[in-house]
Amino acid sequence: MSETTGALRVPTRHFDVEAVRREFPILGRSVHGRPLVYLDNGASSQSPAAVIAAVEDYMSTHHANIHRGVHTLSQEATALYEEARERIRRFVNAASRSEIVLLRGTTEAINLIAQSYARPMLRPGDEVLITHLEHHANIVPWQMVCAQTGATLVVAPIDERGEVHAEAVEALMGPRTRILACAHVSNALGTVLPVERLVASARSRGIVTVVDGAQAVAHCGVDVRALGCDFYAFSGHKMYGPTGIGALYGREELLERMPPWQGGGDMILRVSFSGTTYAALPGKFEAGTPNISGAVGLGAAIAFLDSMDLDAARSHEEALRLHAEDTLGAIAGLRVIGTARRKAGLVSFVVDGVHPHDIGTILDQEGVAIRTGHHCAMPVMDHFKVPATARASFAFYNTFAEIDRLAAAVEHARRMFL
Amino acid sequence: MELKDLYRDVILDHNRNPRNFGPLADASADVEGYNPLCGDRLKLHLRMADDRVADIRFEGEGCAISTASASLMTEAVKGRTRAEALDLFQRIHALLTDDAATDVETLGKLAALSGVREFPARVKCASLCWHTLASALESTSPEPLPAVSTE
Ligand SMILES: Cc1ncc(COP(=O)(O)O)c(C=O)c1O
Repeated sequence: MSETTGALRVPTRHFDVEAVRREFPILGRSVHGRPLVYLDNGASSQSPAAVIAAVEDYMSTHHANIHRGVHTLSQEATALYEEARERIRRFVNAASRSEIVLLRGTTEAINLIAQSYARPMLRPGDEVLITHLEHHANIVPWQMVCAQTGATLVVAPIDERGEVHAEAVEALMGPRTRILACAHVSNALGTVLPVERLVASARSRGIVTVVDGAQAVAHCGVDVRALGCDFYAFSGHKMYGPTGIGALYGREELLERMPPWQGGGDMILRVSFSGTTYAALPGKFEAGTPNISGAVGLGAAIAFLDSMDLDAARSHEEALRLHAEDTLGAIAGLRVIGTARRKAGLVSFVVDGVHPHDIGTILDQEGVAIRTGHHCAMPVMDHFKVPATARASFAFYNTFAEIDRLAAAVEHARRMFL
Repeated sequence: MELKDLYRDVILDHNRNPRNFGPLADASADVEGYNPLCGDRLKLHLRMADDRVADIRFEGEGCAISTASASLMTEAVKGRTRAEALDLFQRIHALLTDDAATDVETLGKLAALSGVREFPARVKCASLCWHTLASALESTSPEPLPAVSTE
């Protein structure tokens, strides 16, 4: 392990980014004749060869439906699926596998909580508390359930940096607040929310807590028991796994009390026309044939993460973000949107006179992939009075040279529109 | 596929200095167009007289392609009859989406939009104002118009 002196911007532990990059086949491709610079990890991250191989191995040697056959393949598929669940459990430190429901992703997880936990419980006049920086996936399901039950959606403010202040959220926790649902990390701004304190405050008031971990789980390290939240939702495709697979952690006691969300096969113990007995957890929430290969891929992604020095990877991501804020910040007319003091590895920005979509197209021509638009967080755009932003979001496989190419391409875009 | 095919001088010019930009008093229709992909909103104000576009202005904040397209559109349809404006809508729609579109030369300045076709992610930016125009022309029409093809 090498010690570095002086420069704050250098990871304090050696991180061999070139070795990591070799694990990700897609990073070798080019786009429009230039080596790809992939800076849209907040939307979907890329998968290492180990994930691709695990999915291929599953499809070519073990595939069958799970929980349904006595034959060998079905047993192998079931074992692999459950092994993935166990890996996920360990990764977020849940107490038991019953607490890990495998779903399509964060969106489905939050909808499940809204419909299965909140809907039967909420009464007219009850309140669901969220924050101003939520992704639409953590807004719309609550609006829907509020409309269904007569509950009210209460929105905690953010400040001009895009920070959520715990005091401001606590001030809104009232006698009718039943649920606090907030992001761990904002996808539009990069803000890391004070979730530890928010969850503790909510719990002490008997408020059930839902944390949207979509942007956090691959970058922060999550321990649901230390955090003490009731629900924690995340997506595989933002943590180097496949799309269409994600997980909901739910405290067993709550999951037990919740009715199933969808009915069908796999979620039952016994069905007759006079009634049905539901399966035990977590099967009760997994109606129908699930995304087995996706789960296998997600399990492999977690195994990959487990094999890495994640502290070093996170310092590297932090250093990338600081470097990006420096280099982009030096561009005339560029304004960073979201300047929270605790921030994850992404930079949202606007440039005077150049719309984010034009920046996105021009960068793409130079092989640089970023996201532009409202990032499914329109209230955040309204807060900062911008129609959209450009967002570069980082993963540990990104390099300082890639950030320099990003900045050069943004400068090129700016000059085109002078 | 070249950037300068997309961002031609005409486009950059109309983006920098959009024509017919701003509110319009005594409009016969104020229609809002919305691009859910990027969240861009465009307001189109239209004043019809004797079945002609007597005046047309637009407002909103959009990318260079959507701003230039709207600016060029207002110039092109001002003074035209409803039928002519709708015909132009159809031709621009073909220009943006159909590789076989041929009448580029007859479109004048609007031909600058032909580069957009090579950038599929941006076609909606260019077509937003035209769809908004079509619905404004429909809403001000005394009788139902033949169905306007959109997608
Ligand atoms: C903070 C946040 N919440 C929720 C989601 C929704 O995740 P998914 O589309 O995987 O369901 C995302 C991803 O875009 C996100 O960034």
